[in-house]
Amino acid sequence: MKVTYYPGCTLRTKAKDLDRYARECAAKLGIELCEPETWQCCGGAFTASNDEIATKLSSVRALKAARDADTPLLTVCSACHNVIKRTNIAMQDTDFAAKVNTYMAQDKDFTTPYNGETTVYHYLELLRDVVGFDKIREKVVNPLTGKKVAAYYGCLLLRPGKAMRFDDPENPTIMEDFIRALGAEPVIYPARNECCGGYVALEDGASAEKKSKKVTDSAVNHGADLIVTACPLCRYNLIKNGSKLPVVYFTELLAEALGVKEAE
Amino acid sequence: MADMERKREQILRISGVNPRKCMRCGKCTATCPSYDEMEYHPHEFVYMVETGEIEPLLKSESLYKCLSCMACVERCPRGVEPGKLVEAIRLVAVREKGGDRITANDIPALLDDEMPQQAIVTAFRKYQK
Repeated sequence: MKVTYYPGCTLRTKAKDLDRYARECAAKLGIELCEPETWQCCGGAFTASNDEIATKLSSVRALKAARDADTPLLTVCSACHNVIKRTNIAMQDTDFAAKVNTYMAQDKDFTTPYNGETTVYHYLELLRDVVGFDKIREKVVNPLTGKKVAAYYGCLLLRPGKAMRFDDPENPTIMEDFIRALGAEPVIYPARNECCGGYVALEDGASAEKKSKKVTDSAVNHGADLIVTACPLCRYNLIKNGSKLPVVYFTELLAEALGVKEAE
Repeated sequence: MADMERKREQILRISGVNPRKCMRCGKCTATCPSYDEMEYHPHEFVYMVETGEIEPLLKSESLYKCLSCMACVERCPRGVEPGKLVEAIRLVAVREKGGDRITANDIPALLDDEMPQQAIVTAFRKYQK
């Protein structure tokens, strides 16, 4: 299977492991990742207000590239996924799309207006809905037996649920099912879908610290050995604010179980 | 006064929020991870937009305590979506001349070696026009 792959700014810089293991595992699973030459940063945040046009353009370009290549669009970073998925939903509104396409028409390669046609997958959704967790289980060579893993969803993968359609936003199971497929034991803890403090960390570290500590304390109190995340900013905030547990990207865990990491 | 009424209408229009749907249960504030750092809480944003008290909201630090985590949006039993209202008010504030919360010159002092680019670009989207 061929997909258009959107790494995003942070996977090229501070979160190279998230990207590298995503690529290596995809190869192992028979998924061909085609990275457009000209992708641009998604901007990190979806601006919900309906008069914000320019801030949507980079996402629309990525979505349009996937549509023109006749493939789904694959994201890994939670923030990219949130921005691109919500932009795609916004583009399904005819009036809004007409305004955006007026801007897009100035792009050299613009041919057909974009109206939200692309299917957007987060890597975890691709594993669940296309590859299948059963298939993953069959391909595991190093089962992570006995490891107690706390899935940290945070906000961006789940909310707003109406647009993200990732899983039940209040009682998600996708990451726990993923952890089970790798042979490990998922730990359910109350703060798994609460916010780490996000971008507020840039100007108010103390505020982010309070939120991050609630998350890591909750995981520790429920007996976890480690925390997995899909988000570079969640990982930064949890580690920066003294997580007693290792915080790793879900792609690294997958690479370990598939035997891709040791083969390096 | 006319200016504030114009801004109120702009906030309602760009957010798509109807504050009159609110039944004052307070769940948005109860679930907000930043509630104890806010001068005005999510339910107050909704109420004050309804009653037209826009100016104090535009000047409030509370605009920059919101994490855009969308917990209030997800958990509101009436679908009021307070987080979208906060975002629209913040936009109206930063779109004013001189309204930028941060500028590029402020960034180097705020960085450490591990901070992901994602944090910087997101804060820029939220705090600057």
